[in-house]
Amino acid sequence: MKMLRQVAAVTMMNLRSMPQRFGTSLVIVIGIGGVVAVLVSVLAMSTGMIRTLENSGREDRAVILRNGSAAENGSAIPHDSARLILDSPGVKRDTEGKPIGSADTLRLLNLHRLEDDAEVAVALRGVGPQVFKLRPEMKIVAGRMFNPAVNEIIVGKAAIKQFKGVAIGDKVTTRGATWTVVGEFSTGGDSHESGLMADAETVMSSDHRTTFQSVTVLLDSPASFQKFKDSLTANPALAVDVSREREYYKHQSETISKVISVIAYVVGGIMAVGAIFGALNTMYSAVSARLMEIATLRAIGFGSTAMVVSVLVEALLLAFIGGAIGALLAWLFFNGHVVSSSTGGAASGHLIFELAVTPALIAIGIAWACSIGLLGGLFPAIRAARLPVATALRAV
Amino acid sequence: MKYFPLIWAGLWRKRTRTIFTMLSIVVAFLLFGLLQGINQGFNHVIRDLNVDRLYVSAKTNMTDGLPIAYADRIKTVPGVRALSHWTYFGGYFQDARNPLPAFATEPEGLFAVYRDLKIKPEYLEAMKKTRTGVLIGQSLADKYHWKIGDRIPVGTSIWTNKQGSNTWYFDVVGTFDTSSVGAGFPSFYINYAFFQEATALGGGIVHYYLVGVTDPAKATEVAKHIDALFANSTNETRTQTESELAQMQLKQIGDINFIVNAIVGAVLFTLLFLTANTMMQSVRERTSELAVLKTLGFSDTKVLVLVLIEALLLCLFAALAGLALAGSVFPMLKPIFGHFRMPMIVVSMGAGMALLLALVSGLPPAWRARQLNIVDALAGR
Amino acid sequence: MAVLVTLRNVTKSYVRGKQKVEVLHGVDLQIEAGEFLALMGPSGSGKTTTLNLIAGLDQPSSGEVVVGSNRIDKLSRGALADWRAHNIGFIFQFYNLLPVLTAEANVEVPLLLTNLSKAQRRQRVQTALQLVALADRAKHKPNELSGGQQQRVAIARAIVADPTLLVCDEPTGDLDRQNAEEIMNLLKALNRTQGKTIVMVTHDPRAAEYASRELHLDKGKLANEEVRHVA
Repeated sequence: MKMLRQVAAVTMMNLRSMPQRFGTSLVIVIGIGGVVAVLVSVLAMSTGMIRTLENSGREDRAVILRNGSAAENGSAIPHDSARLILDSPGVKRDTEGKPIGSADTLRLLNLHRLEDDAEVAVALRGVGPQVFKLRPEMKIVAGRMFNPAVNEIIVGKAAIKQFKGVAIGDKVTTRGATWTVVGEFSTGGDSHESGLMADAETVMSSDHRTTFQSVTVLLDSPASFQKFKDSLTANPALAVDVSREREYYKHQSETISKVISVIAYVVGGIMAVGAIFGALNTMYSAVSARLMEIATLRAIGFGSTAMVVSVLVEALLLAFIGGAIGALLAWLFFNGHVVSSSTGGAASGHLIFELAVTPALIAIGIAWACSIGLLGGLFPAIRAARLPVATALRAV
Repeated sequence: MKYFPLIWAGLWRKRTRTIFTMLSIVVAFLLFGLLQGINQGFNHVIRDLNVDRLYVSAKTNMTDGLPIAYADRIKTVPGVRALSHWTYFGGYFQDARNPLPAFATEPEGLFAVYRDLKIKPEYLEAMKKTRTGVLIGQSLADKYHWKIGDRIPVGTSIWTNKQGSNTWYFDVVGTFDTSSVGAGFPSFYINYAFFQEATALGGGIVHYYLVGVTDPAKATEVAKHIDALFANSTNETRTQTESELAQMQLKQIGDINFIVNAIVGAVLFTLLFLTANTMMQSVRERTSELAVLKTLGFSDTKVLVLVLIEALLLCLFAALAGLALAGSVFPMLKPIFGHFRMPMIVVSMGAGMALLLALVSGLPPAWRARQLNIVDALAGR
Repeated sequence: MAVLVTLRNVTKSYVRGKQKVEVLHGVDLQIEAGEFLALMGPSGSGKTTTLNLIAGLDQPSSGEVVVGSNRIDKLSRGALADWRAHNIGFIFQFYNLLPVLTAEANVEVPLLLTNLSKAQRRQRVQTALQLVALADRAKHKPNELSGGQQQRVAIARAIVADPTLLVCDEPTGDLDRQNAEEIMNLLKALNRTQGKTIVMVTHDPRAAEYASRELHLDKGKLANEEVRHVA
């Protein structure tokens, strides 16, 4: 493999002389590092958001809303419909034969953020008595569970850290009543932890509203979903939409995460263009600096492929280092950073989530870095290959 | 000045290098212009927002709504010029995936509060006479090709009418010009009176009272007065000016300022390296030329200044090009943000950053040029 | 004739790394106005150093350097730069034209340091280029000119500000014989007809023949003998 040996030889020569070009090489590393850091950091927002929302879903739970509602706040399910839904085939029953499910009601509540006193709308979810069986991941981590028929609420693990006035013992005012916070709950890191919970019937009677917003049920098994859904849609007394819980929450985050992704890629894209110019600069000057060497090698008989590959390898190496550093910086600074934000609709209120710099994101970052390096190295590489040998030798 | 040709020629010593460096700077300042422009634009828009309008909503949360009975009491507050209200109707056209920004309102008061929304008086008249009438914003009407006289079916998951149906029919009686407001402004209005009598459930409340005040300077006073009226009742109110409302909504999205500044900071930092490196390379290559200039009688300081000015020309020229590019993008954002131009402050911020960039990246090579020893440089040392 | 340049007991040493290198060990010389002096000697003899001292590019470690009525060894760096602009025209072995500028722009550079108007500058540049017979190449860049032509542009640049003294460091070092002759003839003409005082370092004996006097340096000291050329 003469070709391979040539390529290896030239590439090694190239790499060995790189320390002399430290200054210009730094340009690529830093430029690309910046792009990847920004890209990964912003994408970490949407990834973190999706993660938190998706954690809220289980394959064997289903969410039922009124027909045609995009989200809970646009849905209204009266009591008898809720009963019908809970009694449908496919719903798991507990040892007493009661269906495991919860008819929920949703309210929005204005609370103030601890960090900047900004006022945000936070979700207060009224749940049914079976909530712990429905959501085994839910645990009371401090204080105690609320008692039904009294104005008691519990606050989510993330919410208690973000908002004023929701510590255990505090009083929270809604339209119809004043509630005492009696406990703190955790639901395994999902969106419910960004809000509060109370007893559904108590909430509804406090502000004289008579309909639930949604029903969530635990299925016998993930496979029972279709049977369950069919029985509901076939029932003329019901006008509902049924979806798997996972999909329902995924749908909630779709728009906003798309927006964030667009922003990430637009900003990242613009930065990448700038980085490509920087890379072109560096590689062109790298080639210029080694004009004599390249010409000599070509005169000796090394082929153009070897030239091209050696320049590209240099560019890729620098780009990779830059990308790795950028991803590392993003991870160091932002992984696990807690963000509280509206997910773009009055629907679910405020969401608290952590930025997640996942291996997938790091891979995307490095892929971008290498693409930039490749593009930035391409034209200089071609130049190195096409150099008219005689002119080059004379010029130096 | 007379040294300009000398400096300009020096810039183009290595054309490709100068062009690539300039392009990087253009791109960086394009980004800067876009991000800071949007950031400042939000602040601007918020400051500029109408202070002669107030929004009254339920203190616990807007979605709780306020009783329609409050209308008469609010009207009596001194300083109130006009009054209307919004009740969220929602709904969709043909498919739940086409949601409509539909609100029930009292149309005459509405257009009195929003004086910059232009509507033909005959449309308002028609709306008063037609219970099932609907007034639609021009851009929304264009989107679905609705014309005056059309009958539109609107599906809704919340409001069942007294006939037991979830589909309501409305007649298009007029359109209004929405160019002075951004996308997302409610632009599908039905008569509150009709909504009240037709709905099976959930009547009697409004989500926002819209108050026009006679004297913007007294807006906060009027707001306090209104809230005082209903303090300690079961339905306490919270009254805000338009800019307060917008600010609150923005803050919910997050600290945009921080994000923008962080990104811009990262970009400029990386750019600094690129430019500094280019200038350094350029000076290093020109050692003998700079020595010759000194031979001819250019003082050390003069040479330093020449290099600095070269860096300045490079950065300023490219930065302004980038900002101009960003400025040309803004008219395209009109559908989202309404009237939007690149704020002047962003241009001056950008120029300032370019200056800083030029100084920081140009100073080390300029200093190097200053310190150059003629004899050593000429001898190639 | 009046004495233009005087060097009195001039020494010069450099520090290279940790070592102190003495290049000139007490040089005395005088140059008269209107002279064409050739400084010769083997490499390392200090002839270029002497030239640099006369031209104000460097200052002696000890001793006096007088040009005209100025003790240039006592001037500050800034004052020296200013002095050079008004008094010296320098011609290098490798021309040292600015590659990014045209011939006429190159010639104009020294004039940028004066208070002349643009029109006046242009006029002087034209005159200078005509004197070196390159007016038709005014708009060419150095890379479009031959070695001999580049040197002529350099000479035009050296005389455009009407300096007291022309200083040349191996002016023909990079030229072939024909071009070298042209250049030397030009210098001689400048000396004869314009009365320019010229100090030239060279190790080309043929070039030295054009001068009116030769001085030899060896190991930092002037040789006692001097050679005078006739007309």
